Amino acid sequence: MQADHTGTEATRSKVFIAFQDNEESRAVIEAVLADNTEATAAYAPGLVKIDCPGRLVIRRESIEEITGQPYNLQQIQINLVTLSGHVNEDDDEFSLSWGR
Amino acid sequence: MDTPVVKKKLGLKERYTAMTRGLAWDTTYQPMDKVFPYDRYEGIKIHDWDKWEDPFRLTMDAYWKYQGEKEKKLYAVIEAFAQNNGQLGVTDARYINALKLFIQGVTPLEYAAHRGFAHVGRHFTGAGARVAAQMQSIDELRHFQTETHAISHYNKYFNGIHNSAEWYQRVWYLSVPKSFFEDAMSAGPFEFLTAVSFSFEYVLTNLLFVPFMSGAAHNGDLSTVTFGFSAQSDESRHMTLGIECIKFMLEQDPDNVPIVQRWIDKWFWRGYRLLTLVAMMQDYMLPKRVMSWKEAWEMYAEENGGALFRDLARYGIREPAGWKEACEGKDHISHQAWNTFYNYAAAAPFHTWVPNDDEMTWLSQKYPDSFDRLYRPRLEHFRTEQQHGRRFYNTTLPMLCTTCQIPMVFTEPGDPTRICYRQSTYLGDKYHFCSDGCKHVFDGEPEKYVQSWLPVHQIYQGHCFKEGTDPTREGFDPLAAVLDWYGINVGRDNFDFEGSEDQKNFAAWRGSATANADSKNPAGDTA
Repeated sequence: MQADHTGTEATRSKVFIAFQDNEESRAVIEAVLADNTEATAAYAPGLVKIDCPGRLVIRRESIEEITGQPYNLQQIQINLVTLSGHVNEDDDEFSLSWGR
Repeated sequence: MDTPVVKKKLGLKERYTAMTRGLAWDTTYQPMDKVFPYDRYEGIKIHDWDKWEDPFRLTMDAYWKYQGEKEKKLYAVIEAFAQNNGQLGVTDARYINALKLFIQGVTPLEYAAHRGFAHVGRHFTGAGARVAAQMQSIDELRHFQTETHAISHYNKYFNGIHNSAEWYQRVWYLSVPKSFFEDAMSAGPFEFLTAVSFSFEYVLTNLLFVPFMSGAAHNGDLSTVTFGFSAQSDESRHMTLGIECIKFMLEQDPDNVPIVQRWIDKWFWRGYRLLTLVAMMQDYMLPKRVMSWKEAWEMYAEENGGALFRDLARYGIREPAGWKEACEGKDHISHQAWNTFYNYAAAAPFHTWVPNDDEMTWLSQKYPDSFDRLYRPRLEHFRTEQQHGRRFYNTTLPMLCTTCQIPMVFTEPGDPTRICYRQSTYLGDKYHFCSDGCKHVFDGEPEKYVQSWLPVHQIYQGHCFKEGTDPTREGFDPLAAVLDWYGINVGRDNFDFEGSEDQKNFAAWRGSATANADSKNPAGDTA
């Protein structure tokens, strides 16, 4: 591994997030895949892992559009399995990225 | 009438600030240094604690709400599992041995982490760090409890789960995880965070809780996958805390960089060695496998850890010393560990076995560069011996590495046919190590590691027998005396899986689960 002085290689490293594979996660996963065009989902027994180069964002509004219900982004805690990258969270967006 | 004032609801970030930073004050009738004696002596320089951020911004009210929901979900699953005799739905009774290792070697670490975070949560002068550490302390206690509750169901049916608290204090291989945490807890608070929050939680716990727990789901163990994922969802907060505390230290003062690098080097290597147990659980102890240790290492250590160290390069941090050796080890450590436990299955409270032909085929496919050449011949030899009534149990005691406390079974970098030995001399005494990584850790703080409680040394010094034991009497059997001190039921908890009580009971219960047998007396015992 080379030290990276420009930041580009580091900021394009993959981030990921994984959720329990259940009904509550379905809308979140759907929203993430719709909002992050480069994101890919991989299914393993019991869990879904979503990888994305650079930055991945979860938007409250997109989840609410799918479910038709109000959604508090901190609810993702309940079905979250793991993640990677720097977290930035407010009431509307939860994002993961490198190079922050 | 006055116009009603609409109160603006605080946003997440403001609410977090109000609920954490407002909790701190400077002491007046005692100096701060006296009230907080620990957070300076390691040499870490902090100029502005307010720059500390807990990225999840979970306040206590939200914490209780979401943790409460997680608990409800988890206990609903555990309850259903118990009512429906879920233990009969697992793939194979061999699988239970992975749970035995878990309750013996992982669950006590949760308790140690709870204690460690309670300690540092009291001792940081910064309020943000204190709140984060206290929440983590509660999480870790929760993990200890939920794992104990979930696995206690198995204790009603299987051997080797009844005495884990005492085993953690006494049994030879459990000194490996125990010494890891005691090393961390007896360090300063910033080193503790680097050891546990960063090196262990961020770089390494995904390897334990994600593929292994997915494996539990694959093997029909719903209660374990649920406690695993419930714990791991807390871990994702802990991991962000780990990154945050590293970045915080690096951003506060350039003088912190070399100290942090030294800790990263040390704790990456110690954590890597500790995870040898998990490598073996994944490759050998899950009858239905999800991914090999090697694949998990590539996904979570090389890819994810690689991204992390590329990111930290901007602070002048490089990948940990020993990274290359650890990556080379992905082809070997699970096989070398299983071989060791197969050898010492008389002295361990769980069962071992030789993988069947299908499993060996899987291992060959997953390890094309090492399995058939180096490890298959040995396993096939063991199987032949076992089939001829000569199951081999090693009854001699191995030399342990003074740092990681694992028997010296690992091989040389670049030559997997030669055992790696290193040694250092300190105050005229020789100390032995399994690797350059472990020797390096010792050489950094020899005065600490010369105090290691090494099980083999302790046995030879006569400290591992019950009171009143006379090792000089004729016919004295030292192994039997040590097992007696451990509290192992010889013949039930130990030896080969083949022919074990667990194997026989499970077969009988499974038979009764699919036929009209008496469920109260599935084995049809007449006594």
